Amino acid sequence: MTEEATATQVRQEIPITVHINGAAQSTAIAPNVLLSEFLRDHLALTGTHVGCDTSQCGACTVLVDGRVVKSCTILAVQADGMSVTTVEGLRAGSVLHPVQEAFRAHHALQCGFCTPGALMLAAGLLMDNPHPTRSEIREGLDGIVCRCTGYENIVEAVADAAERLAEEVRPHGA
Amino acid sequence: MTLAAFAYQRPRSLAEAVEAMAEAPDARWLSGGMSLLPMMKLELAAPPALLDLSGVEDLRGIRDEGDFLHIGAMTRHVELARDPAVRRDAHLASLAAERIGDPQVRNRGTVGGSLAHADPAADLPAALLALDAEVEAVSARGRRALSVQDLLLGPMMTALEPDELIVAIRIPKHTGHRQAYTKVPHPASGYAVVGVAVAIHEEGGRVRQAAIAVTGVALKAFRAARAEAVLAGQAVDQEVLAEAAGLVCDGQDVLGDVYASAAYRRQLAQVVTRRTLEGLR
Repeated sequence: MTEEATATQVRQEIPITVHINGAAQSTAIAPNVLLSEFLRDHLALTGTHVGCDTSQCGACTVLVDGRVVKSCTILAVQADGMSVTTVEGLRAGSVLHPVQEAFRAHHALQCGFCTPGALMLAAGLLMDNPHPTRSEIREGLDGIVCRCTGYENIVEAVADAAERLAEEVRPHGA
Repeated sequence: MTLAAFAYQRPRSLAEAVEAMAEAPDARWLSGGMSLLPMMKLELAAPPALLDLSGVEDLRGIRDEGDFLHIGAMTRHVELARDPAVRRDAHLASLAAERIGDPQVRNRGTVGGSLAHADPAADLPAALLALDAEVEAVSARGRRALSVQDLLLGPMMTALEPDELIVAIRIPKHTGHRQAYTKVPHPASGYAVVGVAVAIHEEGGRVRQAAIAVTGVALKAFRAARAEAVLAGQAVDQEVLAEAAGLVCDGQDVLGDVYASAAYRRQLAQVVTRRTLEGLR
């Protein structure tokens, strides 16, 4: 391969369109940019935190096409054509998402570093399974490492959020 | 951490994928990326090019093919865990899939990717070994089928040629078999310290077919042939189960590490095997 060809390859940029928090973002991007880097460094959506950056801690969790994914372990180009929801897109206007309300009510955090990931993981789990048992909540929270809370209040918050979401669907308890 | 630069292509068909690999033989397939991307971050892998398989329709879907289930290589772990046909006819594969990693990993990771990566403590290889599954692989030289047994050579080593791609896994239906997967996960990594997959078929109170496969214990997942032989043809009671479980690591070079010594791991594998077999009764 000639030097020129190598240089071309390194400069490769791929056109992508990703729907982020409801808005289409079209750009050309190098293939080695992670979704977490695209969100934080290119779009200034710094609510998504990067903890371990090796796919273990879950702080960078976002929803990709409605499913929980660690944004540090997917390339931005792999999200081409997909819908991504970050913690910035969780609330509706000025109204907090029931998961956010429940985390506040139960003080499901201490330092808050993992909280964006915990919120997205909880929101995704409840979309997938709206009426989880305690054991299913604990099982699902396997996807986040929280070094402060001991998880107890997070489990409480997710259980409460499930009830709040059920109330939203049936607001008059019918 | 920023990944080193690489070239990227997303082929739109299997033919295009095979052709792209023939033109860039140093490239690597990118499936779910759950192992490859962390390895690239840690500089354990530095492929000059990635061929992203997410656009190849032929690698998707689960189909009933009579005596077999055809599982497309890009099937995500979460899909394998929940698919009604898999749960009915190859339940063990679902049971193992739902114990892989965490929810985020199961949403992205793929069946083909897990097999090709061949981590010696991965869950799926044990289940697919016990189910006598085979993989279908393709390259510019054509297609071939090989058993999961023949596929797995050692830690992160398979019989696949560098340019070969797993396109599907074929699992013989095990509809009437009693099946279970028990995993003792490492508390930090979640990988199996010991994982035991069993599929037992009984007729008239006697074992007609017994399959026991173990992961996490040796340099690759293995079938416990001597333990299986103890069960074959037997009317199973506590004593027979205990004898079989005692032989589960027979002939294996059992791994030891800072978390679990070889002696502890061997003992754990025996206990887990006995309990798994008892649980089927």
